[in-house]
Amino acid sequence: MSDQAHMRTEHDLAPGEEEQHSVGTRILGYVVGLVLALLLTATSFFIAGTDLVWQPSIPVALIVLAIAQMGVHLVFFLHITTGPDNTNNVLALAFGLLVVFLVVGGTVWIMAHLNANMPAMDQIMPMRR
Amino acid sequence: MSMTATAGRAHADPHHIGLVIEHPGPAPKRIVTAYGFWVFLLSDIVMFSCFFAAYAVLADQTAGGPKGSEIFEQRNVAIETVCLLLSSFTCGMASIAADVRNRLWFYLGMAVTCLLGLIFLVIEFREFADLVARGYGPSRSAFLTAFFSLVGCHGLHVSAGILWLLTMMAQVFAKGFRADVLRRMMCFALFWHALDIVWVGVFSVVYLLGSGV
Repeated sequence: MSDQAHMRTEHDLAPGEEEQHSVGTRILGYVVGLVLALLLTATSFFIAGTDLVWQPSIPVALIVLAIAQMGVHLVFFLHITTGPDNTNNVLALAFGLLVVFLVVGGTVWIMAHLNANMPAMDQIMPMRR
Repeated sequence: MSMTATAGRAHADPHHIGLVIEHPGPAPKRIVTAYGFWVFLLSDIVMFSCFFAAYAVLADQTAGGPKGSEIFEQRNVAIETVCLLLSSFTCGMASIAADVRNRLWFYLGMAVTCLLGLIFLVIEFREFADLVARGYGPSRSAFLTAFFSLVGCHGLHVSAGILWLLTMMAQVFAKGFRADVLRRMMCFALFWHALDIVWVGVFSVVYLLGSGV
């Protein structure tokens, strides 16, 4: 307990740590996160199998829903918020996301172009000999 | 904020921006540990992003083998997803219980988390065993290699998480809620929630997008 009382005078929060310490509000935060995540998950699974919507929109919808759910997890379970006491954690997250987007986006972009610009494998094989 | 209040603390607020900057010295160990572990988790997520990139590139390279839509069972994936989501919730309950030093709820929350994690692993293992038995093992096509390495890597993380979870229960049993045990518990909760975030990517990109193609 003394550790936590000491904490409140600091202007930093560890990742995963919350600002308020009342047990009721903390549990409520997890419940809200769980309900939101369940709703988003159910929507994802519903959207994936439905023919109610325009079919080419489904992949985009799934990606948007996934990013929204990751946001819900970050805020309600990992307690990464935009508060001033969370700056270090958010900056680390931002750098991590930058690398993730460079890796995934760059790979998909480059490999799709290589794939489009390269002759098919059965045309390459006779050329090599 | 009144002038007298700021004047009293002028030495701490040299530019009178109304923000008192105290210099409390180095951050407490709790913050340093959790921050370091957060950086590790982000690097772990970067590693997963490489597997995701490989899967995205290789998803169509089935080499005459099965496509994703022919081997994925959405019902199993839905059960796995709900298991991991609920286990993330119970893990949160266990970390609240650890913060208020409530042993009963801590053990209960961790036990339920462990059980849900094990259910997840059993379903995933049976899916893998079934695929291999049908001749669709990781060596069948580039798509299946990427699939097994991405989903299997997440499964290995969950297995390691369950070992860590049991260690935490044993440490609380043997040592009580000491400061160092609570720090480890905090890192474990971060790890478990991060695994759930990775799983959101897995079920959306691999299973749901894959079964539509």
